Amino acid sequence: MARVEAITGNVAVAEAMRAVEPDVIGVYPITPQTIIVEAYAEYVAQGEVGTEFVAAESEHSAMSICVGAAAAGARTMTCTSSQGLALMWEELYIAAGLRLPIVMFDVNRSLSAPINIHCDHSDTMGARDSGWIQIFSENAQEAYDNFIQAVRIAEHPDVMLPVMVMMDGFVISHSIQRVELLDEDKVKKFVGEWKPDYPLLDADHPVTWGSFDGLGGFYFEYKKEQYDALQRAKDVSQEVAKEYAKLSGREYGLFEKYKMDDAEVAIVAAGSTAGTAKTVVDTYRQNGIKAGLIKIRLYRPFPAEEMVEALSGLKAAAVLDRSPGYDVLGGPIFQDIQSALYQSGTSVPLVNYIYGLGGRDVLVSHIEKAYEDILNVAKTGKVDKKVDYLGLKE
Amino acid sequence: MTKWNYKGIKAKDLPKGAVIPEGGTAADYETGGWRTKHPVLDKEKCINCLFCYAFCPDSSVIVENGKVVGFDLKHCKGCGICAFECPKDAINMEDE
Amino acid sequence: MVATLKELAAKEDKLSPGHRLCAGCGASVVARMILNASTLPVVVASATGCMEVSTTIFPYTSWRSSFIHNAFENSGATMSGVEAAYRALKRKGKMKDEFNFVAFGGDGGTFDIGLQSLSGAFERGHRMLYVCYDNEAYMNTGIQRSGATPMGAWTTTSEVGKKQAGKIQHRKDLTGIMAAHGGYVAQASPSNWRDLVKKAEKAFAFDGPSFINVLAPCPRGWRFPSEQTIEFARLAVETCYWPLFEVEGGKYKINVKPKTKKPVTEWLKPQGRFKHLFKDVNADKLDELQKFVDDQWDRLLALESACRLD
Repeated sequence: MARVEAITGNVAVAEAMRAVEPDVIGVYPITPQTIIVEAYAEYVAQGEVGTEFVAAESEHSAMSICVGAAAAGARTMTCTSSQGLALMWEELYIAAGLRLPIVMFDVNRSLSAPINIHCDHSDTMGARDSGWIQIFSENAQEAYDNFIQAVRIAEHPDVMLPVMVMMDGFVISHSIQRVELLDEDKVKKFVGEWKPDYPLLDADHPVTWGSFDGLGGFYFEYKKEQYDALQRAKDVSQEVAKEYAKLSGREYGLFEKYKMDDAEVAIVAAGSTAGTAKTVVDTYRQNGIKAGLIKIRLYRPFPAEEMVEALSGLKAAAVLDRSPGYDVLGGPIFQDIQSALYQSGTSVPLVNYIYGLGGRDVLVSHIEKAYEDILNVAKTGKVDKKVDYLGLKE
Repeated sequence: MTKWNYKGIKAKDLPKGAVIPEGGTAADYETGGWRTKHPVLDKEKCINCLFCYAFCPDSSVIVENGKVVGFDLKHCKGCGICAFECPKDAINMEDE
Repeated sequence: MVATLKELAAKEDKLSPGHRLCAGCGASVVARMILNASTLPVVVASATGCMEVSTTIFPYTSWRSSFIHNAFENSGATMSGVEAAYRALKRKGKMKDEFNFVAFGGDGGTFDIGLQSLSGAFERGHRMLYVCYDNEAYMNTGIQRSGATPMGAWTTTSEVGKKQAGKIQHRKDLTGIMAAHGGYVAQASPSNWRDLVKKAEKAFAFDGPSFINVLAPCPRGWRFPSEQTIEFARLAVETCYWPLFEVEGGKYKINVKPKTKKPVTEWLKPQGRFKHLFKDVNADKLDELQKFVDDQWDRLLALESACRLD
């Protein structure tokens, strides 16, 4: 029987990790991810898990340990935030290039400087093209559910790529929410036993990992293979979600469409902000205004066609980016959507908002401002400011 | 695993992530062409101390039943360590 | 009991020929001696460097054991992960095989960029042998100075000119740094193969982390003829430039004490990278190098005798 608990997002992730019980965890503590590490260390100390828990001396080493362990044939996990993810940078590309199904949780936090421990998405946005699959979660329940599904997506033979699952730092990681936890034996059955093709730890079949391909070999072709595998993760994530729905009763798509069926304007957002936006949508709906919301879930690979389909027919849309987007073209989610629309020849007036950096509170009034703006755009058909800011102190 | 045939192989047929799925495949790659001189053994002088075996960077000294029987000229790069280290001057480096 | 060469030669070499290391490379001699000393299958990790690049050119691998290259600075951490996987899979009954674990790094990957990763692996106590093949510069990228390059040596980033005579600083005492971690720590030379094989055997028998710093002369970077690789390793030992010692349970033991300590110039002079030191203007540099060697040797003797006191 599933049990319902009032726990923080971090504890929900630790519970998911314990239920999967990976062979190796290589990890380094960083705010606001720390509680996941501490909780797992407690499970280890109590003998509740058979995981080899390696407390590394840096995040770079933590991910290096994961690469070594995964190549050796172990089911491997880690978690991090912010600067920790930045320090892993080099290893992210290696993990993806070696096609190692490492599963990582990143508790989204801003990047220095100035140093700031609170939420925004700049850490994982920087890693969006590292070859990892990326999945955003709105709340603790989704963090738990996504993390378990990530194991199956990563290890799927058509994919074989690392996955990072995200939730918002503090807003979700440290706030107590209602979470339904599955029976651990059901989770174990769902993820199944991991059987790698070429483990280092097979004395009869020695293999070489990380070979050098600098002399006119197959580097280019391998990168194409990697790209194709990443694209396949889209369908695989949906197969896995269907199976997970049978187990949990909770359904997950590529993204969530909230009151989109007859929507005339919509906001696209990732993470906890989607929760706030839903209440705003409800208010508009009560007033007879056809507002909707699209909540990003699978961010890499980006489900471009499906996104275009969901947006087409809207009179205007706003894309909310919780990372700075130094590019004059706007934030990363905005650029993805704009490119997808352009490529498909679909025209939807779009506005981009940068918001919530460094944990700046995301208020209902901010979201309302975005809706008011796009309602105006819907009326006039004119976009005054393509990239704007929400909640910036004047 | 059977011997891998690398010729005409396509990326999609290869193990994911550029894993080489067996050990010691470099033995198929010949480095003997790098050489300008090759070692010649004088069996009369050789005392089978095997220093040449120990010090060879290219695993190219062939030892059978504890005796030096020759050199793997497909791989020997002709560095000359074996001749230099031989305590009995039983190895000579001769021009190719 | 140290394996004899006859015993070692009876087994298949764990490093196959066909690698693209230079003729006369010291690194592959070191790798062969270390690996062939293992009676168990090994898993090898290597930092980016000459040895890694030259032995794994796809689809050719020289490693007859399982091998992993991850990146430059993380051979220690990578092997930590492999060893952790071994422990976990063993405990869960998913894997039966026994292994020794060997991580290689050049001096660049060990003294410099990989020191933190190695230190962390040591502190955590993984059962692994880390071997630094020390050729005293970044040879793979074309002879740049490292923390292991001796004072006075020419490299492409410690140039010789009107205002500078090669590298300004002395090398760091990496073996000492590693000894401060605990575990089994040794310094060795391929010229003294028996000593090297014995140290590898000891490391494999040790249930914890071990480190061997092995001098790996580089004909290309040191500027000497390829047949003299072992001779330069030997001269380094005979001049006490490269003392052979081990540290077990915190106790220092010197393994080779030359009857007469040769002047360090005998090791320096035939190497092209030091030729500028033999101009009159640099005489003080030679004196300073001799003093460095003497001080290092005296300190080692003092450490050894201090360890006998209890």
